[in-house]
Amino acid sequence: MDHDHDDHLHHEHDNHYSDMQARVRALETLLTRKGLIDPAAVDRIIDTYETKVGPRNGAAVVARAWIDPTYAEWLARDATHAIVSLGFGERHGTRMRAIFNTPEVHNLVVCTLCSCYPWAVLGLPPVWYKSPAYRSRAVIDPRSVLAEFGVDLPAEKKIRVWDSTAELRYLVIPERPAGTEGLSEAALAALVSRDAMIGTAIVRLPEQIR
Amino acid sequence: MNGPHDLGGLMGFGPIKPEPDEPVFHAEWEKRALGVSLCAACLGAWTLDENRHAYELIPPPDYLSASYYEIWIRGLDFLLAREGFATEAELFHGALEHGGRRPIGDILRPSSVDDMLFAGPSELPVSSPAVYQVGDKVRTRNINPLGHTRLPRYARAKRGVVQAIQGAYAFPDDNAHGRGANPQWVYTVVFSGQELWGDDADPSLSVSIDAWESYLEPV
Repeated sequence: MDHDHDDHLHHEHDNHYSDMQARVRALETLLTRKGLIDPAAVDRIIDTYETKVGPRNGAAVVARAWIDPTYAEWLARDATHAIVSLGFGERHGTRMRAIFNTPEVHNLVVCTLCSCYPWAVLGLPPVWYKSPAYRSRAVIDPRSVLAEFGVDLPAEKKIRVWDSTAELRYLVIPERPAGTEGLSEAALAALVSRDAMIGTAIVRLPEQIR
Repeated sequence: MNGPHDLGGLMGFGPIKPEPDEPVFHAEWEKRALGVSLCAACLGAWTLDENRHAYELIPPPDYLSASYYEIWIRGLDFLLAREGFATEAELFHGALEHGGRRPIGDILRPSSVDDMLFAGPSELPVSSPAVYQVGDKVRTRNINPLGHTRLPRYARAKRGVVQAIQGAYAFPDDNAHGRGANPQWVYTVVFSGQELWGDDADPSLSVSIDAWESYLEPV
């Protein structure tokens, strides 16, 4: 009897999550009617990540670090406050860390246990970052992961993987490509992709401005 | 717990499949799932660690086949029911019943969203100095708790080196189970690829985790 009951519930719950559009709409309606959430706050959160906070924030941090050695030193020592000084980040927190790629070491960030990601500088994580494929492979075989992103590192380059298992949040500062000496800070920032700040890309100079 | 979330080193999930020009959201419901989850967290009835543990309790077949926002909603349903904000009947049939737990304080309003998003977990004071110093050799403990932990399986009983002392933070193994924040020092501990994966590992690889002090023992 209990077994039948469990099966019934389980089956019902499966159906329950088969239409997420309906499920989430019903949940939001329920919580709003109970006075537990304010839909206008939901709107504001969505707007933040659709229009205000995304990888362009992180790219501005990288570009500043490339052109200003004093800023880069501050970023290495106290990333939280160096990032806040540019108007981004967790102004009440302490947990940002900047990790700098060098000619010897390439850094790659993952969260094997969930989806920890530096929202304040990169926005919301891409689907692949949260996927079992990335989370399982990044710590054991990062070269094959990088190859799927089109990154082929020399065999002698060391790879350092940072598994975000605590509350610290890591931003990779990629190497500045050669040939960018004359570019403005804004033009430099435009070269920096989201993936380069996770470690699954390197920054390249596009043909047209080379 | 040795749950479906603890994915480091597992095999068989196939290629990564990055999506060119990926949109921030892939469906309207994902937007609402994000916002509703963050608003509900602001009810103050559960900690971030309880929230993570709620995702880990999803049965493995469901966890591994769900999108990440679906994982969030499944975890939220669990927490709302457990904490008495909604009954299972309300959650699963949508019909509003009267009663249920009320918010402890003010709910999240639009004017407070920025402050909430840019707060983040902070360092907490601890009375004892850090046991380990940068450069110390340590070994992670071999633990397999039934509850929440942030020591991944692949990094248990492994020898590493303390690379940084990162401040003290709430101890997840307690904070996920109503036993208080009980902050501990957190260390970045780095392991060689060989230590984690054996002699066939990529010799150029090293991996770090951020480990609470009680995950470690001296070598």
